[in-house]
Amino acid sequence: MLKDAHKRQILKYAALRFASRAALVASLAALGAVIVFILLRGIGYVNMQLLFGDYGPEPSIRPALFGTLYLILIALAIAAPVGVGSAVFLTEYTNTKSRLSRVVRVAAETLAGIPSIVYGLFGYLVFVVALGFKYSLIGGGITLAIMILPVIVRSTEESLLAVPLALREGSFALGSSKVRTIFAVVLPCAAGGIVTSLILAVGRIVSESAVLILTVGMVVNKMPSSLASPGTSLALDVYYFSSHGYPRQAAATGVVLLMLVIGINILATALGRLLGKGELANG
Amino acid sequence: MDEKPVIAVRGCNLYYGDFRALKDVNIDIAAHEVTAFIGPSGCGKTTLIKTFNRMNDLVEGCRITGEVSIFGNDIYAKGTDVTLLRKDVGMVFQKPNPFPMSIYDNIAFAPRTFGIKRKSELDGIIEHSLRQAGLWGEAKDRLRQNAMGLSGGQQQRLCIARALAAQPKILLMDEPTSALDPISTGKIEELAAELKAEYTIVIVTHNMQQATRISDKTAFFLLGEIVEYGKTEDIFSSPADKRTENYITGRFG
Amino acid sequence: MLTAYRFIRARDRIMRVIFLSCAVFSVAALGCICVFLFAGGVPFMLKTGLGNFFGTVWNIHTGSYGIMAMVVASLYVTALSTLLGVTLGLFTAIALFKFCPEAAVGPVRQLVNLLAGIPSVIYGLFGLIVIVPFLRERVSHSGIGYGILAASLVLAVMVLPVIVSVSLDALNAVPKSYHEGALALGATEEQSVFRVVLPAAKSGVFAAVVLSVGRAVGETMAVIMVIGGSPVMPRSLFQSVRTLTSNIAMGAMELTGDPAAALVSSGVVLFFFTLLLNISFSLLKGGAPRAQRRAQKADT
Repeated sequence: MLKDAHKRQILKYAALRFASRAALVASLAALGAVIVFILLRGIGYVNMQLLFGDYGPEPSIRPALFGTLYLILIALAIAAPVGVGSAVFLTEYTNTKSRLSRVVRVAAETLAGIPSIVYGLFGYLVFVVALGFKYSLIGGGITLAIMILPVIVRSTEESLLAVPLALREGSFALGSSKVRTIFAVVLPCAAGGIVTSLILAVGRIVSESAVLILTVGMVVNKMPSSLASPGTSLALDVYYFSSHGYPRQAAATGVVLLMLVIGINILATALGRLLGKGELANG
Repeated sequence: MDEKPVIAVRGCNLYYGDFRALKDVNIDIAAHEVTAFIGPSGCGKTTLIKTFNRMNDLVEGCRITGEVSIFGNDIYAKGTDVTLLRKDVGMVFQKPNPFPMSIYDNIAFAPRTFGIKRKSELDGIIEHSLRQAGLWGEAKDRLRQNAMGLSGGQQQRLCIARALAAQPKILLMDEPTSALDPISTGKIEELAAELKAEYTIVIVTHNMQQATRISDKTAFFLLGEIVEYGKTEDIFSSPADKRTENYITGRFG
Repeated sequence: MLTAYRFIRARDRIMRVIFLSCAVFSVAALGCICVFLFAGGVPFMLKTGLGNFFGTVWNIHTGSYGIMAMVVASLYVTALSTLLGVTLGLFTAIALFKFCPEAAVGPVRQLVNLLAGIPSVIYGLFGLIVIVPFLRERVSHSGIGYGILAASLVLAVMVLPVIVSVSLDALNAVPKSYHEGALALGATEEQSVFRVVLPAAKSGVFAAVVLSVGRAVGETMAVIMVIGGSPVMPRSLFQSVRTLTSNIAMGAMELTGDPAAALVSSGVVLFFFTLLLNISFSLLKGGAPRAQRRAQKADT
């Protein structure tokens, strides 16, 4: 009797162990398949016309490359200083228990949880309708800036908190003001982490599409003439091509986008390691 | 001695929240002497030297009453410029805390804070400070290298040089050798003895031998009070208070 | 000299205000989002009447803006993808925790982190060129590949990286002594992992579930590419339908008047739903460290 129960137990746990290993294999297969299939399907169609040609009968992603670049520049120009400044305020001027810092944290967390399509609606209501910009890169860029802000604040805060208190004390003891301590000691010491977080934010910008569909207009065939003109991005092009009968170009643009995002991630990790090393070794 | 004290503390009480860390402290510290603060952990000796450059301001919930004057000015009076105070009262910490930048930039930090930008002037200050700290020979060929590459003892002497570069009049040392090996400790002690010709030095130490070796005066702290204060020889040879005697003979602490 | 210090003090004060305004920016942005969404959506809801707004008919031409079909589709997709994703992800995390070669853990983790950053249109494209044809040819009886199952499969793959890494962190955060204690009592490796460590990591696993629910509800582009897009009540796993998010994106190009207001209103619904998720997530997160701290205290 006892033996039977014991046997059943052993079987049950062997099954669970097997299930977990099978799940590992299945997950890796599924995730690997995403990359492999996109590459297989698209890499043969990545060519000069697609990348840099004029948009004619044959589509090109040149407008999207420029659009993506502009969006990155606009979003970072706003989110980087505001995000870093906000993190500085939270770590250097308030303690975590103060009411203001709690309010800011709750707001940032809420912002981080809002789906991107809702950001898109907001951007649409503000920039396209209320401010009358119509569809524009600038409107999309500002909306993206708000979306990536919480990510930058959170990771910058972590980098700032990792700077040892002893360095701040050292600076104050030499007669430095708060501002000098922040700019000459704290921020340089946290630079590695901050730069990494900004690069990851660029990854988010490049990946985003739902926000842009409502704000920049998905005009895939015209080079943006200014920041106020409508435009497109790589991710939008993938969607546009796949839903407008250009499956090859969709896959090829997918390959470009995939490579870009993987490249950005690898860069961020490598830079984080490089800049993080040695600097605070003694901290 | 009829010379005016450099630091004069009168009826000083310091609270961290509800905890009273200093109790009615009175002390006069004379110029060009090394004054040692000794006592068991948590007795208030570090707290007291941190009131001399108002580093306690950084501690939340810290409140101070009484008077602390330096060169005759009450440093807790309204309108005191804390940055200027800290320029005059340099500090060296328990653990060496060089900034993760070059040796040169570390020492140039305070002069730059106070508006010295010219390279020739900075070069002069850096050489002078490093020589004062006995680090010039070891560091002169690697001024542009990261200070984190120095050994612990060298880092601490760098921190001393960095403090001296601000041209202070008083140098506070908070257990400066507690993280160092005996050889580095010896070098720092020699340094303290040399530097007192130019500066007034207050040193907090755990190590009573260190106090006898380098200090002219010693104050013994217990539970936030100064139990006894006087010439170092007197304190160690014929302590007036039973508690001091117990401590220096190793019966507690 | 004195003026220099006055300048420093003034600069300190100005910079403080600048940093403060940066910090307040997030709060202001959130406020703006609420104001614009509510101003754009709530009057429309009231005008249509909540009964009609949550009705089942969406037809722009007849002026019916009932979002129920989309709400139901969203719920189906979210539930199914979370079920699939969490089951697979959790077991994967368990395998990585104890039942796989030590040397594989690092590279697998890196791969998982990398995949967490891949754009959702890529997942959508994968669904379009792999999953939908596969379903159409091999699984579906009706010959339709689009629909709830396709979207759920795409989303399940998409949320996998998040679930794996959050659950693995949760498992790793359980004190080693729990595992050792169970082994010392004669439990097998498997019994210890499933009966002791996994229950101890419960709150972290719940956090992973809430995160993946959030991503599944909010995801637009990966879904829109594989769901078909007809605004009808779902009756089958293989049928062209719309979720709340894909409804907004599909209407995006023809935004004027009432349809626009209707979309903004569904945005409001979405916003409230994610707010709810957020709150439950922070409650869970608040609970997790406390449980861990208790565990550590018990450990010493």
